[in-house]
Amino acid sequence: MYMYNLAWIVPLLPLISFVLLVAFGNRLKERAAYLGIFFILGSFVLSTIIFTQKYLQKGEDYLFTFRWFRAGDSDYGIAGGSIFNLGFEVTELNALMLFVVTAISLAVFVYSIGYMRGDERLPVFYSYLSLFAFSMLGLVISPNLFQAFICWELVGATSFLLIGFYFYKESAKVAAKKAFLVTRLADLGILIGILLLFWQVGSFEYRDIFAAVEGGALAPWFITLTAILIFIGAAGKSGQFPFHVWLPDAMEGPTPVSALIHAATMVAAGVYLVARLFPLFAASTVALLVVAIVGAFTAIFAATIALTQNDIKRVLAYSTVSQLGYMMLALGSLGYIAGVFHLFTHAFFKALLFLAAGSVIHAVGTQNIKEMGGIGSQMKLTRAVFLIGALAISGFPLLSGFFSKDQILMAAYGSGNTFLFWMSLLTAVLTAFYMFRLYFLTFGGKVRTAISAHESPRSMTIPMAVLAFFAVFAGYIEFFGFGEWITAGGTIAQEISGPVWIMIGSIAVALLGIGLAWYVYGRDADATLAKAPKPAPLYKLLYNKYYVDELYDTAIVKPYTLFGKFLILFDKYVIEGMVQLAVHISVGLGRFGARLQSGQIQAYMLVTVLGIATLLISLAVRGLFN
Amino acid sequence: MVPLSAYLAVAAILFTIGVFGVLFKRNSIIVLLSIELMLNAANINLVAFSKFGIYPDTAGQIFSLFVIAVAAVEAAVGLAILILYFRNRGTININEMDIMKR
Repeated sequence: MYMYNLAWIVPLLPLISFVLLVAFGNRLKERAAYLGIFFILGSFVLSTIIFTQKYLQKGEDYLFTFRWFRAGDSDYGIAGGSIFNLGFEVTELNALMLFVVTAISLAVFVYSIGYMRGDERLPVFYSYLSLFAFSMLGLVISPNLFQAFICWELVGATSFLLIGFYFYKESAKVAAKKAFLVTRLADLGILIGILLLFWQVGSFEYRDIFAAVEGGALAPWFITLTAILIFIGAAGKSGQFPFHVWLPDAMEGPTPVSALIHAATMVAAGVYLVARLFPLFAASTVALLVVAIVGAFTAIFAATIALTQNDIKRVLAYSTVSQLGYMMLALGSLGYIAGVFHLFTHAFFKALLFLAAGSVIHAVGTQNIKEMGGIGSQMKLTRAVFLIGALAISGFPLLSGFFSKDQILMAAYGSGNTFLFWMSLLTAVLTAFYMFRLYFLTFGGKVRTAISAHESPRSMTIPMAVLAFFAVFAGYIEFFGFGEWITAGGTIAQEISGPVWIMIGSIAVALLGIGLAWYVYGRDADATLAKAPKPAPLYKLLYNKYYVDELYDTAIVKPYTLFGKFLILFDKYVIEGMVQLAVHISVGLGRFGARLQSGQIQAYMLVTVLGIATLLISLAVRGLFN
Repeated sequence: MVPLSAYLAVAAILFTIGVFGVLFKRNSIIVLLSIELMLNAANINLVAFSKFGIYPDTAGQIFSLFVIAVAAVEAAVGLAILILYFRNRGTININEMDIMKR
């Protein structure tokens, strides 16, 4: 029995949990966590069943929609007005996403019991997490762009709430605001793109859009335009250059949030959307090229920044940006399978890395890797899972990241754009290097500061162990017909194969990066840090993240603030002046009227008599009765 | 024979005096009396038109009798109010009758 028709329950459960937590959270206190976990567990079980069934059965997609409302006259758009549908669908891609999102959510929900222990806003935290899970799952099963956009904004809002969870910290407040504004700016692109598509196609449904694209109903330039506009929104959510600036700052949120939202799921929403709209993108070579170039550039750009950062979470954040760039590069190179595959594997090992980092932070109370070191002996399990994650992301053979990264390199090679291919290969070296720099500085060497680390509670280690399992084995799904399966829904991408030397090369660059990191930081981290070479200009450039933030500050924030100040003055003196004028006029009129109300009955009568006299005289002048 | 215009003139003069009294006299009793003057001016008109109107009829005269009766009643009620007012506030000066305003 197939359970696709129950897919709507998957997002519904976290929503119920959210409502319950909002209503009864304060009374539940610590038990709120178990409520949240209970519901997300339900979602996880259901989506696992759906995923498994979908994987085993190569069949039609399940689609269910109902009319929400109709707008406009019947002579506009599709016959009978423009119809706005709600509904859900089960395709290969979103069955996969359902599984990934619920699996990571479940791990993070469980992990947060330990990580957030003692926080009195625990129920609030879980309610936000549940709301996020609802929105993300809703986004994933949306059968049309309209519903997807609603959920798209909802995940943005919950991301804002969770980044600013420690709202009493100034930096968290600023980071939340920044994340919201930057993604908002990018969302303008996607909104315009969606509306343009709707204008031309007359429907928000993915299948109608694809039908229009394939049927040649849309002009090529129009497809390019809308695809790029939608890509702008996706780039904002997925932290692609130049919208990447919010993602590292978003690390101000609690670490489980970083793992769930800013590493595994929400930031992948942009990649998901591009993948979901792949037929649209594939119809325009220009749009694909833009996606590929932005992706490749972001990948190498963020990887270089990650080389120099000292905050454990920020290194991981830049690594996320870089890996998302990889996925975009893959999609832009027509490597649909590679992009989605990397999205799938990356979710597990990046969430794992974040959870391990959270475990470290939880134990030592700092995020600066220069202050850590040597804690590997006290936190054996954390060290082991972090190592697995680092190996996976570096593309070490036989771990999940190896398979997906290999696919991406193949896709980049297959696209014929040699430059992009070499860029991605270089990124792979950098990735391996910074990940192992992080690993050696955190866990290797001697203890640098007087901190006593201890292993985290079981509620934190078990999710990490489970994710570590996936980080190792998720890649093997490739050997079980993943490529054929994910493209079964009619997406035009093909299996991509390249020369064998790419695979060997990718192993070589991974080992090269790890070796370099070992040479510099692994042998004797303290000596390297002690030598502390005076910062070269390049190092400074990287350390300051290419000054992109400063650039934004001077190019956008400051002029905007100035404009805002001007508007304040305008408001104060011009608008408020007019308002004050109106106030004075009515006050004056009121005073005058009040003076008439003297209470002197004879004065009233005088006015009455004068009024009658005036009336009579005017009537008489005009002629009394004609 | 006295023409209609003479009656009307007298009535108009009487009415004007009444209006003046109502509007400008301080003493409430005089105001009340001025109202009587205005009513009587109206009565003169009624009677005059019942004799010299386009359709002469006794209805006008009868109507003026009613007016006189109502005026008497009104004067009685008005005076009663004034007496009560005087008992309460010790004045019948119309300028000081402004408690609704306060």
